[in-house]
Amino acid sequence: MRFMALLKFDESLPGGPPPPELFQAMGEYAAEGARNGTLVDQGGLLPSAAGAIVSLVDGTIKAVDGPFTEAKELVGGYAVIEVRSKAEAVELAKRLMQIHKDHWPGWQGSCEVRQLGES
Amino acid sequence: MTDGTTQEAIEAVWRLESTRLIAGLVRIVRDVGLAEDLAQDALVAALQQWPTSGVPDNPGAWLMTIAKRRAVDQFRRSDRRDQIYAAMAREQGSEMSEEDFLGAVDHVEDDVLRLMFVCCHPALTSEAQCTLTLKLVGGLTTREIARAYLTTEATVAQRVVRAKRTLADAGAALEEPSEAERAERLTAVLGVIYLLYNEGYSATAGSEWLRPALCDEALRLGRILTALAPRDPEVHGLSALMELQSSRIAARTAADGSPILLLDQDRSRWDPVHIARGLSALDRAMTSAIDLGPYALQAAIAACHVRAETAEATDWVRIAELYEQLARLTGSPVVEVNRAVALGMAYGPEAGLELLDQLAGLPALQGYHLLPSVRGDLLAKLGRHDEAKAEFARAANMTQNERERSLLLDRASETS
Repeated sequence: MRFMALLKFDESLPGGPPPPELFQAMGEYAAEGARNGTLVDQGGLLPSAAGAIVSLVDGTIKAVDGPFTEAKELVGGYAVIEVRSKAEAVELAKRLMQIHKDHWPGWQGSCEVRQLGES
Repeated sequence: MTDGTTQEAIEAVWRLESTRLIAGLVRIVRDVGLAEDLAQDALVAALQQWPTSGVPDNPGAWLMTIAKRRAVDQFRRSDRRDQIYAAMAREQGSEMSEEDFLGAVDHVEDDVLRLMFVCCHPALTSEAQCTLTLKLVGGLTTREIARAYLTTEATVAQRVVRAKRTLADAGAALEEPSEAERAERLTAVLGVIYLLYNEGYSATAGSEWLRPALCDEALRLGRILTALAPRDPEVHGLSALMELQSSRIAARTAADGSPILLLDQDRSRWDPVHIARGLSALDRAMTSAIDLGPYALQAAIAACHVRAETAEATDWVRIAELYEQLARLTGSPVVEVNRAVALGMAYGPEAGLELLDQLAGLPALQGYHLLPSVRGDLLAKLGRHDEAKAEFARAANMTQNERERSLLLDRASETS
């Protein structure tokens, strides 16, 4: 079964750019995902200043450029994983949090794990 | 309920870690059976300790440490192990100390690939190769394998025991394949993965929903192999082939379970995610190969179908060329029959018939029902109905599959 893991955090929290150790650890994590066949696709997202939100509210379609200052938690990266149980997906998400804990002191955030509907 | 260390969470860790755990242990103890026993010991320890202590931060390292500690205990106790370690020490040119042993660095890629090679050792039967690969590389339980193969757990367990004994007798885990052997063993690994895939893909027996698990497992093993041996074009070729075939799974059976032929399938039901992955894997195979291997060629043929928006838009000229290359490579008359179909589509029925006539006498095709069936099809297109009818009837007599037989008999009676 496939899951989408969405890494979310509050952009406005101070803390500066992620340290190089985090990138290295994330690289290892992705390599491990490739080696055990769980990682299907992944990507990191640039800050919301580089993005936009297109909405439909009360019949009006509106596009607003980033940054999305009012949102509390924003998606900062994603991965599509293929595992055999939700518990496996949760374990992989925990490891992702562990990497942030180990390499980015003070960082806070979450990883939302959602199963993909499959035809 | 997600937090707290449940049996389920431990099983999840096990599935993620067991392959490289066993693979690392095989490198250290050079014995597949022992490596698996040690890994199981570590799992038992986790099941005892984690429910109260919680899952450690690095569960893989934890399991490895426990397993290595057990290995050292064994190493101290057993004469047989002493012999193994003496042999290892000789091979490495020095005595192996306990510290070396515990500190043995991780070479995950090499380890897992070696484990794949051992599981597909030539001394094993094809059935044993598949079972061991699922068990040790795939991390499936005996129960899961039994379900996938519609057999009993006892049968699978027996198969595993026998396979391990064969490997031990052959000294399989002790050998490091040479460069030439490596290519051969890699071919064997690819063969086993594709066999697993096909057992899932073309399953007609048993409850249908159990078997797709084999396809998923084969796809996963293919992805792992892509990470382990990225420079081998056929590794990408096989991944491409399996992904492209998987894209059609939903479209190839009707609601009543009857098969829908490729050209009659609703192409909007082909899975775009599988297609995208398949095409990019095929690209990698094509850029890294001078000549395409058999898996890449089959993937390239599948890609021709996937790229055509309608059945009519299929590039049959290209498909016929690819079949020709494949036939030259494999020397398979069955591939030639497929090429005849493609030629018939590309250049007209006569072109297909001409090739079939050259194949007619081949002993390998005696009893192969698709030969008269394809012949009948081409004859019908030429308006030679009496001959076509006779070919369909002949094909119907040759097939073992009931559904196919009735399809062919229908065609025989429709043709006039």
